[in-house]
Amino acid sequence: MAESVPEVPSGEAARLAGITKHFFGVAANEDVDFDLRWGEIHALLGENGAGKSTLCSVLAGLYHPDSGEIHLDGDRVDLGSPHQALDHGVGMVYQHFRLVDRFTVAENLTLGHPETGFFTSRRSLERQVGELGRRYGLEVSPQAAVWQLSVGEQQRVEILKLLYRGVRILILDEPTAVLTPQESQNLFGTLRALADDGRAIIFVTHKLDEVMAVADRVTVLRDGRKVGAMPTSEADPATLARLMVGRDLSVTERPRTAPGEPVLSIKGVTAEGDRGLEAIRDVEIEVRASQIVGVAGVAGNGQRELAEVVTGLRRPKRGQIIMGGVDITRSTTLERIKLGLGFVPEDRMRTGMAGGLPLAANLALKAYRQPPLSKGPVLSKQAMEDRARTLEKQFDIRGVRGALPTSLLSGGNIQRAILARELSARPRVLVAAAPTRGLDVAAIQAIRQLLIEEADAGTAILMISEDLEEILDLSDEVIVLYEGQVMDRLPRDRADPDLLGMLMAGRGVDAA
Amino acid sequence: MNESVLLLSLASAVVIGTPILLAGLGEMMTEHSGVMNLGIEGMLLGGGVVGFWMSTQQASLPLAMAVGALVGALFALIHAYLAVTLRVNQIVSGLALVVTGTGFASFVGSLNDSSLIYARPVSKFEPVFGEAFRDLPVVGPLVLGHDWVVYMSWVLVAVAAFWLFRTRAGLALRAVGEDPATADTVGIPVGLTRYVYTMIGGAGAGMGGTYLMAGIFSTYQHGISAGLGWIAFALVIFAGWRPWRALVAAYVFGALRNLGFSLQILGVDIPPDVLNVFPFFLTIVALMVISARPAAARRFSAPSALTVPYARESR
Repeated sequence: MAESVPEVPSGEAARLAGITKHFFGVAANEDVDFDLRWGEIHALLGENGAGKSTLCSVLAGLYHPDSGEIHLDGDRVDLGSPHQALDHGVGMVYQHFRLVDRFTVAENLTLGHPETGFFTSRRSLERQVGELGRRYGLEVSPQAAVWQLSVGEQQRVEILKLLYRGVRILILDEPTAVLTPQESQNLFGTLRALADDGRAIIFVTHKLDEVMAVADRVTVLRDGRKVGAMPTSEADPATLARLMVGRDLSVTERPRTAPGEPVLSIKGVTAEGDRGLEAIRDVEIEVRASQIVGVAGVAGNGQRELAEVVTGLRRPKRGQIIMGGVDITRSTTLERIKLGLGFVPEDRMRTGMAGGLPLAANLALKAYRQPPLSKGPVLSKQAMEDRARTLEKQFDIRGVRGALPTSLLSGGNIQRAILARELSARPRVLVAAAPTRGLDVAAIQAIRQLLIEEADAGTAILMISEDLEEILDLSDEVIVLYEGQVMDRLPRDRADPDLLGMLMAGRGVDAA
Repeated sequence: MNESVLLLSLASAVVIGTPILLAGLGEMMTEHSGVMNLGIEGMLLGGGVVGFWMSTQQASLPLAMAVGALVGALFALIHAYLAVTLRVNQIVSGLALVVTGTGFASFVGSLNDSSLIYARPVSKFEPVFGEAFRDLPVVGPLVLGHDWVVYMSWVLVAVAAFWLFRTRAGLALRAVGEDPATADTVGIPVGLTRYVYTMIGGAGAGMGGTYLMAGIFSTYQHGISAGLGWIAFALVIFAGWRPWRALVAAYVFGALRNLGFSLQILGVDIPPDVLNVFPFFLTIVALMVISARPAAARRFSAPSALTVPYARESR
């Protein structure tokens, strides 16, 4: 199973024909054809919601298509479950890893593996893991618990798990979303080695440069339909972008506004994370009026704790936070809001909106304490509705249907609604965490435009993002967080992806 | 304290701790699959009353225990169908099971002019070891003086611990309770696993109930379990989902149940209601102690997917 693949096969590895899959009446895939050859890396390109994950989930046996055929190695198959797909040699690395956090790497690999005996034995497993790891650059300690591993390492475990199961068609769903640029490079090396040994690889992404860098062929999806397929040697980024979006993209150009007075100062702040370890240490950040300071870093390096400390959801152990000349280190969240702090949280459904409430209520969550929304203890429903209508128009929030739960809106509209609520409170400081994560290109542009306009209007913005492109597009100054510490602060013109990547991986400029 | 009173109290703590252990061990297995069954009290009474009836009808005690286990498992099947297949809120479903099982026991107990209440088991649970062993100092009454159910419960603890943490089946079970989506992708049948272990939990409660009625009290009364099922539920948490800890904890809880009698013998007057609260109080203290240490909290916390229903195509 885990031995080397002796000869490189050629020809068709998989073919999907006419795949259609609907969710609650909405088409996620509409009559999609797709073919995959042995030995190739095949990129599946498309925006969020274009149906890439659905198509992959169909091939991985997770979703059953409403109609259409799946052929593997020339034979028509019916994949009733991920397990059946695995038996056919098809496995997927999901965006949200399918690893049991509390289990060790070895336990995760053993799980569901048909060839291990009733009793869990460790030795042959460790030998095989070692071999696979060396061959494909996937080294990881079998005895480590998964929750102790970095995201990049967890991804290696996912790939190892599939290889250990003897998978020959690997599907990776947006694998680079959680990686530093250097980790992505390593991953590309691994994928190339796997393809050279005759495996077939589907690489799902919405990033054009990754397609050009790693794929042999590319299939483009838009709105659930296939809109193009070609070898990458015949493709160029502009063509692919047009296929993906369906129109030409205008590039957001950040107008330069001179920064004003410092409005938010974070001085030597140290705070503990949920596990009781120091999650941020001696962090120094200053944000001026009309300035966007971008905080870059790989997920889990203290960004969440930083946002929570500033917004009052987490108490710092040491240090001081000053906003508009007032020491707010010990202030409650409400006091901070009254001083003019706005917050766009990272997890927009869980901490951004009360998903079960109608939009009008959600939009009122900050302003409900004052007239006109309330008089004494009594809320004015009419005022709330009126205000909601106004904000919907102003911020272009679509899909609102009366009192239906907010959670039914799309991600982009929910994010617009959060911004509407926060910006309508006229903040002096806005903390925006992952403001465009998971949104489609049009929504991303709109949200970024809003942030830029807000900064031009004088608001100091602390933007925390794992998206380097976003950091580089919007920030006047970039701060890199690594293991809770500020690695460096760079003015925009000195920040470039390579340098930021090094810093995000914890390597200083000197060591590079 | 008088030494013989202490010994006797400890020995009877083992006895009264045994139904708690059986029911708790079963619930522990259920919860490792990600299903919480609050209906232990109902399954214990429902399974127990049928097991007890068997024991009054010429049936051998092992057979009565087996039937009690089977009926408990059937009650658990209701919960499994509601919680796993229909994905009903597990707390609601479990509480419904408490009412159902309690009502069922009262109904059976009231048949034929409450004849069950006056019935007695035809045979008794006899000590396994001879008098020569039982008369040994200390270990005699504490370790060697019990009937086969007590020793079986020890074996079950060992089997459960081995099963959970040393076998492939146990790994699969814990995977289902930790992360059903992951378990599904590697081919572990999530629904089936949850059904099986929910029924195993019911079997444990049914055995516990049968032993309580046919063994400890040799009689049936309405409400005879007096919250024992809830103590078994607390036991799982107190033991941090670990079988060996459950063994010790069951006897601690058993001792607390007995403390009232012992203290009365010694002339100390504490209302039994106060003592009945202690297992729950201890559980809260244990939770506080564990959660104060993050490393321990991670090791001894509930399965991550406990009470979370699983649906493959939910999005």
